[in-house]
Amino acid sequence: MNISYMYSLIAVVVLFLLAYVGVKLPGGEVFFGVIIPYLAVIVFVLGFINRVMDWSRSPVPFRIPTTCGQQKSLPWIKSASIDNPSTTSGVILRMILEVVFLRSLFRNTKAELKDGDKISYEWEKWLWLFSLIFHWSFFTVLFRHLRFFTEPVPACVQLLEKLDGFLQIGLPILMLSGVALLAAVTFLFLRRIWISQVRYISLGSDYFPLFLIFGIAFTGILMRYFTKVDIVGVKAIAMGLVTFKPHITEGIGSIFYIHLFFVCVLLAYFPFSKLMHLGGIFMSPSRNLANNSRAKRHVNPWNYPVKIHTYDAYEDEFREKMIEAGLPVEKMIEDQTPEEPEEKE
Amino acid sequence: MSDVPKPDELFSSIGYRPPRTGWMDIPVEIKKGIYSYAGNPKSLEYVSLPFARQWNPIDEDWNLPENWKEIISKGFRERLDRFRSIKVFMDICVRCGACADKCHFFIGSGDPKNMPVLRAELLRSVYRNDFTTAGKIIGSIGKNFKKIIGARELDLQVLKEWWYYLFQCSECRRCSVFCPYGIDTAEITIMGRELINLLGLNIDWIVTPVANCYRTGNHLGIQPHAYKDMMDFFADDIEEITGVKVEPSFNRKGAEILFITPSGDVFADPGTFSCMGYMILFHYLQEKYGFDITWSTYASEGGNFGFFTSHEMMKRLNAKMYAEAKRLGVKWILGGECGHMWRVIHQYMDTMNGPADFLEDPVSPITGTKFENAKSTKMVHITEFVADLIKHDKLELDPSRNDHLKVTYHDSCNTSRGMGLLDEPRYVIKNVCNNFYEMPANTIREQTFCCGSGSGLNAGENMELRMQGGLPRANAVKYVHEKHGVNMLACICAIDRAALSASMEYWVPEVEVTGVHELVGNALILPGETKRTMNLRSEPLPGMEDEDAE
Repeated sequence: MNISYMYSLIAVVVLFLLAYVGVKLPGGEVFFGVIIPYLAVIVFVLGFINRVMDWSRSPVPFRIPTTCGQQKSLPWIKSASIDNPSTTSGVILRMILEVVFLRSLFRNTKAELKDGDKISYEWEKWLWLFSLIFHWSFFTVLFRHLRFFTEPVPACVQLLEKLDGFLQIGLPILMLSGVALLAAVTFLFLRRIWISQVRYISLGSDYFPLFLIFGIAFTGILMRYFTKVDIVGVKAIAMGLVTFKPHITEGIGSIFYIHLFFVCVLLAYFPFSKLMHLGGIFMSPSRNLANNSRAKRHVNPWNYPVKIHTYDAYEDEFREKMIEAGLPVEKMIEDQTPEEPEEKE
Repeated sequence: MSDVPKPDELFSSIGYRPPRTGWMDIPVEIKKGIYSYAGNPKSLEYVSLPFARQWNPIDEDWNLPENWKEIISKGFRERLDRFRSIKVFMDICVRCGACADKCHFFIGSGDPKNMPVLRAELLRSVYRNDFTTAGKIIGSIGKNFKKIIGARELDLQVLKEWWYYLFQCSECRRCSVFCPYGIDTAEITIMGRELINLLGLNIDWIVTPVANCYRTGNHLGIQPHAYKDMMDFFADDIEEITGVKVEPSFNRKGAEILFITPSGDVFADPGTFSCMGYMILFHYLQEKYGFDITWSTYASEGGNFGFFTSHEMMKRLNAKMYAEAKRLGVKWILGGECGHMWRVIHQYMDTMNGPADFLEDPVSPITGTKFENAKSTKMVHITEFVADLIKHDKLELDPSRNDHLKVTYHDSCNTSRGMGLLDEPRYVIKNVCNNFYEMPANTIREQTFCCGSGSGLNAGENMELRMQGGLPRANAVKYVHEKHGVNMLACICAIDRAALSASMEYWVPEVEVTGVHELVGNALILPGETKRTMNLRSEPLPGMEDEDAE
């Protein structure tokens, strides 16, 4: 069964070797330090835009929010203005809670059978907690990396660094986000193989990004705390890339190139994978629409006329019986040709 | 129910550990008790559905048209282009598994393909193979690689698996509440059912009601005179119980309001008692306030099994509501207790068959309340209408007539997750009953469990499936039954009334099922009524007879 994660692991190891060996070949540093990063960014940007454009080409024919609270109806009944928004501002709040705090995942429960005749639903907070840590720490790490791409380094980046390293442990100072990222990604991997249901549904494409991100975080930490990479040299490469004056610093070490290569692979892989949930969450019709479809008409651009059974056709079939039962009719019986005999009634 | 295992056997057979073999390598086995019979070709023909034919799900050969793969592929493409929901939901699932144990069919069966994520993967796997670049490239390397990215080719086995599992989802949307991206399996099931309907694959419990509804105006195929007969029969019962003769009107032009409710209320116990509740309520309002309402035999169905067939069929059946309102010249429409009927009215009707510009903005003629939330669709839910009446003290109620009941309330999937109608029915219940107890928080309101038979799965031959799916709801009822002595389960849905009656009988036989308006009908004091000694079920009212004797 678990060829899925074996193959993914092998893929990441192969990528590692590619970078490790490749960078030592003639021209390797230029290839991995300049060409690949540019290509990856191009693929990421174009791929991402293309995917979002493709989604938006399909219309939203019906207003189908999943309502997770009381609707707005009578004025004296308190409505859930965020979980069941009736206005755009409510929708925006709902989306913020969803994107920034993973609101829906916070509801997660675990169903268990107990005592031979009971089912219990216990609050299951770990997936929510570690997903939150994962996304936030990833964001923080990413944001901190702006230090390599800006000169002078913006104050907000420096501030975040201060916060991230507030424990003041070690030299260079330990950044919590890196450790948190590694821990969260490890948790997300372990739950994938430990929880039998999750293992059962997991695909290679679920393990691959986890291994890749683990590789990125791991090589990053290795460089910062252990191999103590030449930071000034790295910054020179990064600045070269963003100013379009590519530059290669000699002797920077292969760990850096492996780190960079992993990041490039992740970027290029992104638009073609489930990682596109980053864009997709904003376009999910069950979350991003206001529940006001009875108050305000929603228009379906491809609404087409359909064949219906009209009242006239209905009355034509049942007229005799309707008259007999004393039901009002549009046309009296003599207007129509006699139908099949129904005397048996 | 004779073939269904005993409740304790069924319960102990549930296990959540998936098999060792990967799901793609487990061929579908269509099991008795789980699957529903194929649609009757006559019904398909009546509503011009394609490929009407005799076929049997357990046969090897399904008599498919030769180019069936092409039809599915074209249909899939069309739907991707028409529905952003399906396109986004095909792409963004990360398989976090949060939805896995949220599905009542998974909780009650342990079948891994009933995990919402896997149900969606059944379609997604084909989508990846046929419609994504990555799927096409990686798939061309070899079959093993396909499997790793979760892609596979559509073949007869896959199609059978679709059919089998698409009719083990009740489109209840509970998974969608827990999904971090709101991926809605209902949406996926709706699309999947549309696709297999292109090949004439359906179940009879859906397609025959559809054909009936198209012809006679209601799912049960009740013809106009018979519809009136049944209502006359209820009127007689009401007279016997209350001493008051109620006279509902039908197809009456110029009435102020049109009333539409599921035909199940006119046909099947215990829905019939709620129907009597409506009749009592309307009579009361007519006597006291000159309320002017009519029923219709043409639009005599609130429910819409077209919704379980395709968007187009939903529209075709739903069209009768506005057409009849227009023909009769009413001001607005009042809708009875029903689940999916209300999802269709709330989220689809105006878009499909509107604008209803020939109607007026709904205003309660009794309280003057403007139903602002329904000002475009012009259709008001009966519990919204009644809650407003009670709030304005317009109903004379004697809740003590329901004192022998300890009531809990089951939120219908569609009214809670496709609308948010949660507190209106509770307000009504609390005003007509003195003993009300909520089930545990994880099983009510937006987290409510399906009755187990929604979306057209209320057949007889799939009883084991229905009891599996009904387990989570029944288990929560059992909890309040044991803790508080609850003996009555109230709901606002015709399918619930039929389905929960069966699942209560199976899982918690001490608890009965009622519509909210049966409770209203029992509590409402009609002008000129005789002392009530019986409830609407013609059962003696405990305590009320004793007083007589004294």
